[in-house]
Parts: sequence; structure tokens; C-alpha cells
Amino acid sequence: MAAAAGALRRLVRCGPQQVGSGRLPPPASRSPGSVLTLVPVSPQGLGRRLRLQLRSGIHGSAPAAVQVTVRDALNQALDEELERDERVFLLGEEVAQYDGAYKMGFTGIAVGAAMAGLRPICEFMTFNFSMQAIDQVINSAGKTLYMSAGMVPVPVVFRGPNGASAGVGAQHSQCFAAWYGHCPGLKVVSPWSSEDAKGLLKASVRDDNPVVMLENELMYGVPFEMAEEAQSKDFLVPIGKAKIERQGTHVTLVSHSRSVGHCLEAAAVLVKEGVECEVINLRTIRPMDVESIEASVVKTNHLITVEGGWPQFGVGAEICARIMEGPAFNYLDAPAVRLTGADVPMPYAKILEENCLPQVKDIIFAVKKVLNI
Amino acid sequence: MSEGDALLPHLCPVPQRVLRQQQFTSLEEKPQFPGASADFVDKLDFIQPNVISGIPIYRVMDRQGQIINPDEDPQLSQEQVLKFYKTMTLLNTMDRILYESQRQGRISFYMTNYGEEGTHVGSAAALDDTDLVFGQYREAGVLMYRGYPLDLFMAQCYGNTSDTGKGRQMPVHYGCRDRHFVTISSPLATQIPQAVGAAYAFKRDNASRAVICYFGEGAASEGDAHAGFNFAATLECPILFFCRNNGYAISTPTSEQYRGDGIAARGPGYGIMSIRVDGNDVFAVYNATREARRRAIAENQPFLIEAMTYRIGHHSTSDDSSAYRSVDEVNYWDKQDHPISRLRHHMLGRGWWDEEQEKSWRKKSRKRVMEAFEQAERKLKPSPQHLFSDVYCEMPPQLQKQQEALARHLRLYGEHYPLEHFEK
Repeated sequence: MAAAAGALRRLVRCGPQQVGSGRLPPPASRSPGSVLTLVPVSPQGLGRRLRLQLRSGIHGSAPAAVQVTVRDALNQALDEELERDERVFLLGEEVAQYDGAYKMGFTGIAVGAAMAGLRPICEFMTFNFSMQAIDQVINSAGKTLYMSAGMVPVPVVFRGPNGASAGVGAQHSQCFAAWYGHCPGLKVVSPWSSEDAKGLLKASVRDDNPVVMLENELMYGVPFEMAEEAQSKDFLVPIGKAKIERQGTHVTLVSHSRSVGHCLEAAAVLVKEGVECEVINLRTIRPMDVESIEASVVKTNHLITVEGGWPQFGVGAEICARIMEGPAFNYLDAPAVRLTGADVPMPYAKILEENCLPQVKDIIFAVKKVLNI
Repeated sequence: MSEGDALLPHLCPVPQRVLRQQQFTSLEEKPQFPGASADFVDKLDFIQPNVISGIPIYRVMDRQGQIINPDEDPQLSQEQVLKFYKTMTLLNTMDRILYESQRQGRISFYMTNYGEEGTHVGSAAALDDTDLVFGQYREAGVLMYRGYPLDLFMAQCYGNTSDTGKGRQMPVHYGCRDRHFVTISSPLATQIPQAVGAAYAFKRDNASRAVICYFGEGAASEGDAHAGFNFAATLECPILFFCRNNGYAISTPTSEQYRGDGIAARGPGYGIMSIRVDGNDVFAVYNATREARRRAIAENQPFLIEAMTYRIGHHSTSDDSSAYRSVDEVNYWDKQDHPISRLRHHMLGRGWWDEEQEKSWRKKSRKRVMEAFEQAERKLKPSPQHLFSDVYCEMPPQLQKQQEALARHLRLYGEHYPLEHFEK
């Protein structure tokens, strides 16, 4: 009990709260915490304690909508799923290691625990570090159900910040949506809002397949309005279904994660010029909801994809290929356009970093070009 | 007492693990570092790795099958010892036939277990049926001991319709849920931290089940092995790490694999109870595994067993070991120190076996293997519909569509495909 309480205290101190507080300090200067935090079955008492500690300011029986940060939404989801199913437990890293042994270690442990019937949620400090454990994620978690002909399911969730943060340099800024989205056997989700974060994390934990959840560090502190039903303990966002964040008629903007916010900002500017953008939040990278995109393109006849990742073999490339292969192709009045991160390792200098990612002005420019205005 | 003595690896009968930190006091000249519990020393001296006289090798029988120390005789029944012998020899026979079948182009690939049968059977016999096994790829005897039938071994190698693996994997990648044998996975050493995770799950459940994780001395050089060992120790999991040190990692001899005293010497570095055994002595393997299992569960701590043995066969059918070792060396192990012959000598000495039974068993086991083999060859391959299942727990719509499209295509153009070899 004391060990579990100790483990919980460490989780509170070093969980997403810490991570989401802005700039990620370089690994060497990060204060040593416990490398591995395992939160076991939470008996009623512990679950309640954790909830009170983390959900500060949120009432148990909330009326109507409230403002909830992405970080708090994630913690709510974790707390609720830990309480709901005693097989669910957390493990992950809090301090980056140079030799990578820990990452391979706890990723393999998560896979093994899942094979033995538990439902681990395995957190990476960032998905960049998952590269050192990528064999466990893809070859072991992703392929094992198939290779064992259904005998060995691996119900594990890998989660953590993905893509660019702010001033963390090339090795901490890569987007892995295309890497993991490439692999059959994995499901890949990418939340934008608090509702996405909470609903997708809960759905991922309850899914019997291995799920990679690509969060975004810069979104952790952003508050969103959460409707009443989104505060329910059984609120789930279905994996594999995109969401139309804004209806429009002139152009379809498809995006995931932080870029969704940029698309909405661009749409707010463009509406003043009479251009109505339809903004689609993919929510899930794999399996991708192509039908929603197709239905939108049939309506608007113009398509722009926006992502933070690199252009070659990226999410936008896949969307364009799928649109070409389907009925929506015939409804395009102009070639589809991909807005992506610049094809360079992410620079450290702030002004360079900003210009390496699609900004609101880039989206506006692309819309006008595609619509020829 | 010199520093050297304190640092020699030793087998400690009383667990002295996890030395908790001393009380902090600034009044004495004692080290206060959180990272180590040790005294100061004022003489510059490096620890010498001890490879000349390494960790001793525990054995029960000599090379002629005689029990050396009667106290160590596991006192197994005749029936049990016969099961050991028959499993090892049946495995050997199956290996010969399947290796040949690869040479003849009937199956694509095979790995034999020659010389290591003792490590499989001795350890498998010491476990409970429900203990979870994570293998590497050279542990077929463990599965055979647990009763996996010949035709399922063959079915997997042939990828026919009886294969519970639905023909998805290369030969020797067996898996059996009912017998608690996790499906073999090719990437080396990935099973090590996974086994630890599973052991952690058992500990949480208070299941009184252990996990055994097999790997070779080459796989122990992988990063995953380090992570697995360290986590097993710090998480205090009921796991047995069983290293088959068979002298070669494909073509890499142990002299090029490591400079330390093998794998057993690494255990204490992680705080893991460790032992080295004669892997060709099935009773020694049995005794060590049995005791390690009992204590791993009772005390929630990992154990490391390094079973010294020799890989008599090639690494696989893709290897020709005459390129890197002498035939004389291989012959020595085949003729002078083989787990099967040592056990046979023992059984002969006990009056539990004789030439007649040997002849009759050889004939019978070969016949069984040949029958299973012929049947496996004749069976159909799995249905093409299995291309699409088990990618996810539920089949996603796009795969369903592709499955239906394939079915339609075959209905129209089936005569152009060798469908008669596949189940409908």
C-alpha cells in the first residue's frame, strides 16, 4: 500500500502535468525522478485520492459545459480507466536515457504484460524515444496477433507527445503519424481537443488491439469547453471516425492534432472574405476515415491537407492517394494540396522552427491558391 | 580479507538481496552515497574479471551417466525418466526428418535442436504445466514435453490447414495457448523484457505461476536482455532466465561473443541469483530449474540459469557450420558428451532400459514421425480467406471488402489458381 501510494505520488509529480508546462528541458538537465512508475490496481480509496489530487477545480457533478485543459482531460481518462478495470496499469519513463535500455525495457514489459492478460498504458516521454523501442511496438505489439493466428492478443496503449514542441531541437520534434500509421496491426489516434484526448484515450484503453496515441505537448495546457456528456465516465470517442469541426462549402481542410486549431483560425479569417472552409479533424490516423473526407470533397470540390509531419510518405500523401482511388476524385475542381512541415530536421532557433511548420498564414495562402482568388 | 574476495561471484544460499540504504549520519567517515552500499578503500586497485576459473558448473551425473553425489539425485521415478528419454529421442528423430525434408525442398526452413535436448526436457519437467514459456527458437523439446503432438509440429512447419498458426509463420515458430507456450517471434531477445512483463502480471495476480524465458548466449548481448534483467530485478518478478550457452551464435563463437565469465556472471551484477549448470545433464538442469522456480515464486525474485551445452547441428538450414568449426569438435560432442547418451547410460545402469527396448523404441518413434510427416505433407494449405483475419481483433471494413473481392475473383477465375491445394 505504501509502495503504491509512493508510486502514485511520483506519477502526480512527473506525469503529463510536468511535461505539458511548456518547454521540455534538454535530457541532461532534467531532474532525476523514478525511471519507472507503475501504478497498480487502484482500490477505491486510491482512485478517489488521485482524482482529487489531479482534477483540481473540477466538480464531481458538473452542470453543463466546463473548461478543461487537454492535460486534465487525459488525467481524467487515465483515472477513470484505472478505476474501471483492475487490469489497467500505467508504466513509462520520466527521464530520458542516452543508452536507450530503459525504453526497450519498459516497452517490452508492456507488451509482455499485455500478452499475459493485463492492459498496460505505456507512456513515452516523447515518441521520438519510441524509436529505440520501435521493434517492440511494431514487430511485437503490432504483428503478434496476426503471427500467432489470434492466440496472443496485445491490448496495450502507447501514448506520449508527438511532433514538434517549442525549441527542443531535431531529435525531439519528429512526427510519427506516418511511421506508425504505415503498419497493419496497429491503430493510431491523434487527438486535438480535450474531448478528443479524453474520449480517444478511454476508447484506446478499452480497445483490444495495440493503439498508438499521438498527443501534442503544446496542446497539454490548452483549455477547451467540454460538453456535459463528455464528462461522463463512459464517454468514448470512436476510433476510426473523423469529426467535422466546422461546416463549410468552398474548401475542405483535413488535419490532425495541433494543426486543426490552425485550420480553424485560418477559417475564421477567411470567412471575412466570403470563403467558407470545412475543417475536418481526423482524430484517427489508422484506420483513417476516408469516407468523411470523400463526402466533404464531394460537397466542396477542393482539398487541402495540413500536418506538422514531413511531406514525403506523410499523412497528406496517403489522403491524396486515397481520394484519387475513390469516387471523390471526380468531384475535385483542382489538384489536392498538401501543407506539411518543411523537409528538414527541425531547427532549434525559434524563428526557424516557426517557419518549418504550417502556420495560419500558410493555410490562408493555400486556400486562396486552390480557389484561385 | 582483500577486496578481490568480496567481489568474486559466489552462490549465496541465504538471500542477501536488496541491501537497503544505511541511516544517513554525517558524524562518521562512512560513505553516504545512495548508489552503493560499500566501504571506502585507499588503495588503487581494479577488479579483475575472473575468466580462468569462472563460476563452477553444477552437475549430477558424470559423462557415463553415473550419479556423482547421491544427495543430488532427484530420485525421479522410472516412468518420469523414461518420459525424459523418449521426449529427447523423439525430438531428435523429428529433427532429422524435418531437416531432411527442408533439404529436399518440402519445407522452406528448419532449425534442429541437436545436443540441447537436455536443456529443454530437464527444464520443462521442473515447471508446472501452467507456467508461461517464452522461447527463442531452439526450445521445441519444451513444447514436446508438454504434449504438443507431432502432427502439430509438422503442421506448423508445413503451414498446412491443421496449423493453429494458420500458416502465417516460418517453420519452427511454434505457439500453443493451451500449453502456455508463447508463439515464437523472430527478432532476437525481444521476448526477454516481454517475459518480465508477464511475470509482473503473475505477481500482481498472486498466481503462483512462474515465467521461464529461454535465450541463447548471443541473444544475451542484445540491449533488450540488459533491460529485461534489470527490470526483473527491480520489479521483483517471479521469472526464470534460462540461457542456453551452446558455444555459437550462428558463426560467432563464445570467444568473440563476450570477454567476461559467460552469462551467469552477469546475474549478480543485476542483483539476480544465478547458477551455471551442465546443460547436457538432464538431472542437473531439472534440479536447478525446480529449485529456482520454487524460490522465484516464494520470494518474488528472478533467477538466472546458464546451461552450458553445445550446438551440434548447424544454426539452421541456411547455415553450413563446417565453414567456421571443425568436424572433430562437433564429433566430440556428438559421441562423448551428449544428453541423450548420458541419460541412456544412466538408465542402462539402473536396469531401466536395454538394447531391445532401444531398438524397438527407435523403430516405433521413427514410424510415428514418418506417419505424421506423410500426413502433414498431404494435408491442404489454409484457406486464402485467412489472409485477412487477425490483423486486428475485429476485421476492419477495408479488409472485409478485400476479402470479399478475393472471394468474387476466385469464383470467376478460380480455375487459373492451384485452389485444389488450399482449404475452401
